[in-house]
Amino acid sequence: MNIAVCVKEVPSGTSHKRLDPATNRLDRSGDSELNPFDLHALEEAVQIREGGADVGEIVAVCMGPASAQRALQKALALGADRAVLVSDDSLAGSDIAGTAHVLAAVVAKQDADLVILGQQAADADCYVMAAAVADYLERPVVTQVADLTVEGSGIRAKRQTEHGYDVIEAPLPAVVSVSDAINTPRLPSIKAIMGAKKKPLETLSAADAGVDSGRVGESGAQSIVRSVAPPAAKSAGVTIEDSGGDSAPQVVEILAGKGLL
Amino acid sequence: MPGLLVYVDHDEGELSPQSLGVLAKAASLGGEVTAFVAGSGVDDSWAGSLGGHGAAKVLLADDPALEGGLSQPIVDAIEASAREADAVLFGAGVVSADVAAGLAARIGAGIACESTEIALADGGVVATRPALGDTVMVESGFRGTGIVLARANAFPVNESPSGTAPVERVAVEVKPWSQAARPAGREAAEAAGVDITEAEILVAVGRGMGGPENVPLVEELAKAIGGEVAATRAVVDAGWVPYAMQVGQTGKTVSPKLYIACGVSGAIQHKVGMANAGTIVAINKDPNAPIHEFADVSVIGDALTIVPKLTEALRSR
Ligand SMILES: Cc1cc2nc3c(=O)[nH]c(=O)nc-3n(C[C@H](O)[C@H](O)[C@H](O)COP(=O)(O)OP(=O)(O)OC[C@H]3O[C@@H](n4cnc5c(N)ncnc54)[C@H](O)[C@@H]3O)c2cc1C
Ligand SMILES: Nc1ncnc2c1ncn2[C@@H]1O[C@H](COP(=O)(O)O)[C@@H](O)[C@H]1O
Repeated sequence: MNIAVCVKEVPSGTSHKRLDPATNRLDRSGDSELNPFDLHALEEAVQIREGGADVGEIVAVCMGPASAQRALQKALALGADRAVLVSDDSLAGSDIAGTAHVLAAVVAKQDADLVILGQQAADADCYVMAAAVADYLERPVVTQVADLTVEGSGIRAKRQTEHGYDVIEAPLPAVVSVSDAINTPRLPSIKAIMGAKKKPLETLSAADAGVDSGRVGESGAQSIVRSVAPPAAKSAGVTIEDSGGDSAPQVVEILAGKGLL
Repeated sequence: MPGLLVYVDHDEGELSPQSLGVLAKAASLGGEVTAFVAGSGVDDSWAGSLGGHGAAKVLLADDPALEGGLSQPIVDAIEASAREADAVLFGAGVVSADVAAGLAARIGAGIACESTEIALADGGVVATRPALGDTVMVESGFRGTGIVLARANAFPVNESPSGTAPVERVAVEVKPWSQAARPAGREAAEAAGVDITEAEILVAVGRGMGGPENVPLVEELAKAIGGEVAATRAVVDAGWVPYAMQVGQTGKTVSPKLYIACGVSGAIQHKVGMANAGTIVAINKDPNAPIHEFADVSVIGDALTIVPKLTEALRSR
């Protein structure tokens, strides 16, 4: 069995996120990192292998700018055997369906039986990519998986919905997105970081990836940003820097002052 | 007036309030709105009751393959109707989002997620969402059919529904691969000792509390302040506390007068369940955690140290 893990490069949590007013696209000029939610997708792939399933290879797949190579290096350090980056100027500005089309096209060429995605991209806060990729691939999907087992030629997945937990079974090949509570991602060792540099990292153009150019990029995008505005102003809260629990009396005082105690 | 189709999700006979809210919103835009329901053995009059929530007409896809609460057969069922609509609108929900996403891929449509406003402009539908940690409002329109997925609790349900709408049954052809995934049971939710939606004070445990062994620290604080314990999905998924204690999009929506979040990042899906609390206190060591953006009192520091000190300070009052 082979596993593909879709990973995204996102602006670092600590860098200031903003939309570029000229293009209305996310300004990606600051620091970026591997989408934190995708650490869980990678970890799950590695745990499936360590759990004794016969995993041939784990391939990390990413669509993004050239800088996303760094995110893929991290994916390699965390246990992917090789990585594929689809990077092409013509892909910039792709919408969700366009991105899903590209990821599906690349995944289809990787001979992967199981495709794992993160629960959401930290920059977009959507949770739609897995089901969109699965539709292009015509494969079963289970999203928001909190517990996953590979059993023979299928998977058994527990997902949370508004109604509690459902257990869903699906034959392979299949697509899943995993909850950020499914596992605790490991930190890469120095050895793994060094080793990652020797693993294959292939960069494909849109044409190499077999992408339908009509579906991608700004011109293929079917949703168009019309305007960007500040949100309604909200009164700022009080911030207290704590040291060794010394904030407790002040918090109690504030709550008492508001008549909450 | 563009043709609006609203997907209405349901589970064990209960219509999704998130879908009903979007249906009411769509109807308020002025035109005739069609609701779409998929299921197995669905009663026409039950589907027709969507008229009371704003539907002028209901399309009903009724097929045994639509039984299981899985999204892919529903994409097959809604595809043809969606192609005829100018926009297809979805309330928040795991199945709804999966249908919306699968449909976007299927028909190559644009999708606007996390929408908190839906309007008509220039002959089409436009959707607005707070983005980038809710620091900007982004308004999007569509080429071709637009798909709008609402943020949880963005649109209120019509609380006094009356009237019915005509129901039209549509032909369903479910693809074999769409039926490959199979429901294999639902875990019965453990009976909750308390109903957190009724509590006036909630103390929430998030992953920043470190592990299940530290949940008692939060319980002690809750006891000292006369509140109940709530939780994030991350700690519920990890098995620290039962699902009944979860606040957020796939948990409960609460509006206590005081919400103390301990080691909670304040992800959107958590925020939508508690943003209406009277006063929000956040204890989080990361000054950049999203929760500090909307807390009334932000304590930057180690919750493992602060929570017991807070309990102590309350007890000694
Ligand atoms: C479709 C969908 C539905 C979802 N539904 C829900 C839902 O209903 N409810 C929900 O809660 N989530 C939901 N989520 C998950 C949500 O996106 C987040 O993953 C989750 O809320 C994170 O939980 P958390 O805050 O406990 O953990 P984390 O995001 O890991 O945050 C932990 C926080 O603790 C802080 N911290 C760490 N150590 C300490 C310390 N010693 N002292 C103080 N602070 C510390 C960290 O800085 C961090 O901010 C959903 C997601 C999706 C995609
Ligand atoms: N450009 C991308 N390249 C690779 N994977 C992606 C990309 N965008 C999204 N994903 C995957 O899809 C998941 C959910 O993203 P989304 O639905 O866009 O929030 C992420 O956690 C990634 O696994």
